[in-house]
Amino acid sequence: MAVALILVLIVVGSVAFHLLSPWWWTPIASNWAYIDSTIVITFWITGAVFVAVVLFMAYCVYRFRHQPGRQAHYEPESKRLELWLTLVTGIGVAAMLTPGLFVWRQFITVPQDATDVEILGQQWQWSFRLPGPDGKLGTSDIRLVSPDNPLGISREDPNSQDDVIIEGGELRLPVGRPIKALLRSADVIHDFYIPEMRAKMDLVPGQISYIWFTPTRTGTFEILCAELCGIGHPQMRGTVIVQEQKDYQAWLQAQASRTFARLTPAAQ
Amino acid sequence: MVDVPLGHVGPIPGADIEDVELYHPHSWITKYVFAQDAKVIAIQYSLTALSVGLIALVLSWLMRLQLGFPGVFSFIDANAYYQFITMHGMMMVVYVLTALFLGGFGNYLIPLMVGARDMVFPYVNMLSFWVYCLAVLILVASFFAPGGPTGAGWTLYPPQAILSGTPGGQDWGIILMLVSLMIFIIGFTMGGLNYVVTVLQARARGMTLMRMPLTVWGIFTASFMALLAFPALFVGCVMMMFDRIFGTSFFLPAIVEMGQPLERSGGSPLLFQHLFWFFGHPEVYIVALPAFGIVSDLISTHARRNIFGYRMMVWALLAIGALSFVVWAHHMYVSGMNPYFGFFFATTTLIIAIPTAIKVYNWILTLWRGNIHLTVPMLFALAFIVTFVNGGLTGLFLGNVVVDVPLSDTMFVVAHFHMVMGVAPILVIFGAIYHWYPKVTGRMLNDTLGKLHFWVTFLGAYAIFFPMHYLGLMGVPRRYYEMGEMSFVPPSAHTLNAFITIVALIVGATQLVFVFNLFWSLRHGKVAGGNPWRATTLEWQTPETPPPHGNWGKEPPVVYRWAYDYSVPGAMEDFLPQNQPSAQTVSGGAHG
Repeated sequence: MAVALILVLIVVGSVAFHLLSPWWWTPIASNWAYIDSTIVITFWITGAVFVAVVLFMAYCVYRFRHQPGRQAHYEPESKRLELWLTLVTGIGVAAMLTPGLFVWRQFITVPQDATDVEILGQQWQWSFRLPGPDGKLGTSDIRLVSPDNPLGISREDPNSQDDVIIEGGELRLPVGRPIKALLRSADVIHDFYIPEMRAKMDLVPGQISYIWFTPTRTGTFEILCAELCGIGHPQMRGTVIVQEQKDYQAWLQAQASRTFARLTPAAQ
Repeated sequence: MVDVPLGHVGPIPGADIEDVELYHPHSWITKYVFAQDAKVIAIQYSLTALSVGLIALVLSWLMRLQLGFPGVFSFIDANAYYQFITMHGMMMVVYVLTALFLGGFGNYLIPLMVGARDMVFPYVNMLSFWVYCLAVLILVASFFAPGGPTGAGWTLYPPQAILSGTPGGQDWGIILMLVSLMIFIIGFTMGGLNYVVTVLQARARGMTLMRMPLTVWGIFTASFMALLAFPALFVGCVMMMFDRIFGTSFFLPAIVEMGQPLERSGGSPLLFQHLFWFFGHPEVYIVALPAFGIVSDLISTHARRNIFGYRMMVWALLAIGALSFVVWAHHMYVSGMNPYFGFFFATTTLIIAIPTAIKVYNWILTLWRGNIHLTVPMLFALAFIVTFVNGGLTGLFLGNVVVDVPLSDTMFVVAHFHMVMGVAPILVIFGAIYHWYPKVTGRMLNDTLGKLHFWVTFLGAYAIFFPMHYLGLMGVPRRYYEMGEMSFVPPSAHTLNAFITIVALIVGATQLVFVFNLFWSLRHGKVAGGNPWRATTLEWQTPETPPPHGNWGKEPPVVYRWAYDYSVPGAMEDFLPQNQPSAQTVSGGAHG
């Protein structure tokens, strides 16, 4: 009796906690509202299953608890029932998977007009590189890293010259424009994570990974490292400031002193 | 209908081979130390694993103290914190759960439940334990090595695992960890071959595969999987060891370490992740399948009802075992691997939910119209269902590739895997210990202490891990020594963290009640008799309790029925032991 009651209380408590507790996701600031919707669908389906299973258990514990003279029912299996349950489960699983895969396709298909932005992680700071007026980032190689070329950018590549380099500072992005973040690491695996953007991807040394998102509101957001990268891992923070297009352009033009050509003169 | 002979009994073939001649111990040392009796080895494995579990418990306390009350405990610096989480994780997954389920329960239960006299290779079985013991000693020794143990996280991802920015990366820590893992795998392989071959070759006459208790099916499937999965980890360890000691570049591309270029090039950090998770995901089920099997038997026995859908349960176990080898990259959705893999691995991962759900349905349908005795093992089994369903369902979030993106590497993941492969299997372990302790020692564990232990552990663990999901949903990353200021985290989240820590301390302390009960009941427990739960499976039908070396006295048992003849209509008792030829002749607890 008490056991059944406690099982019911676990269900009630869990649902109440879900609905009433102050802990929920931070408001979204990117185009990935679909991800939030998929999470909500998943909460509904899994929540219903959890409630149904535990309440059914509670009922069984109450109704079929041992009493003198009770005998259990002998029934090794029921093909019909098992088939039914399998089908219903399959449908529920498909209902979660299908939208998930559709959104994943969008997630990995970068729009043609996305602006490239390079994110470089190293123990334990973030650096950024924005394409200059030519809209292209120059090539890079970790073996080129030196004190005056901390991002390891190719000096020969003409596309490199006007790239804007921001070391350990703030990343600025224009609102409403798709951004393709090209992710590179100089040492160990890091993970570029902005909770408000719902976006996250590892930076793996030796390769360039990517994610894309469109910031949908202006503001200042925190960049966290989400992959253990040594003892400085929690301190590896950055900031992204999402601005109106005209403010962003004004800022970008003011960065003329921070181009690769200025910071790392070729003649050395 | 399942193979349930009531009136008719199929012909039992004669023995193909002579009864085996066992090596009988001649001295205290060969009986209790270098023992070849699987039951003694089982106890050695279990006590060692439980001791490691206590160390891991203390480590979890220390990390929770830091998370709940950051900065208060000066001896927990970032180095120590990462060492604690790494050792806690690796100890629990490999050295506690795997060793306890396969080495502990496997050794004790397989020979008894299939009606064998012992494992088929008793000497190798003995070696298996001692090799495991060596692996544990090396692992624990890393606490005392220069630089301390590795703090690379239990996943040991290179490059950071072998670089100087990580505790133990350029010291002894990572080397001792890799050596210990390799030795563990060698020891496990000796044991695993034994478990698989014993099930296939040494079953009693009449014990067809489809009459085996689900406990044996679970441990058998898990052992088979472990034999296939651990080699991937083994080669990963060898390669990382080469990278660390000999300067090879299996996992290291050209990188810069603290401003200095390293003389490495061409390696792939992702290669390690594929190797690790090719082991790591089946590993989840290597822990889960024995728990599934055991809990099936606990529920059936204590609800006095046949397990519902036995054949489906067996097929579901095998399906989960097979599918678990093609889902590994769901741990790597945001790892930078080819994103198109996501479609495949999300689909396989969600498909595995179907056989898993079938198992849950069949457990609760076994309760339905049962005769439920709320014994301590039954309570633990019920709690397992609650926590396993909860943790399994949150797996549907993380397995569904795009939903994983915001949740990956957050506290949601920590909450999920603790619920599903920490709390749930450990509740089964406790239930199983309360259930089989009488067979091992001849005495019952104290019921009142058991219930106290149960309620605090179950409700406490739920209170720890259920709210933790919401920290992750909010975006709090895992493996943060300190949260510090995060603009999106309200101050109330720190209160929640403190609450979780306090509950964790209470739950941890309650385990001492359990340890006390284990020792106290050894002398003061109620005398159990041979079959206190009135169960059908063979281990309860041994002529003596605790069973001596060889288990069965003069004649090994002959099996006439499946393991779940509970409450058979028309039978005199509500259970028919597997070695009972006819339903009508039952009259009490089988043999004395």
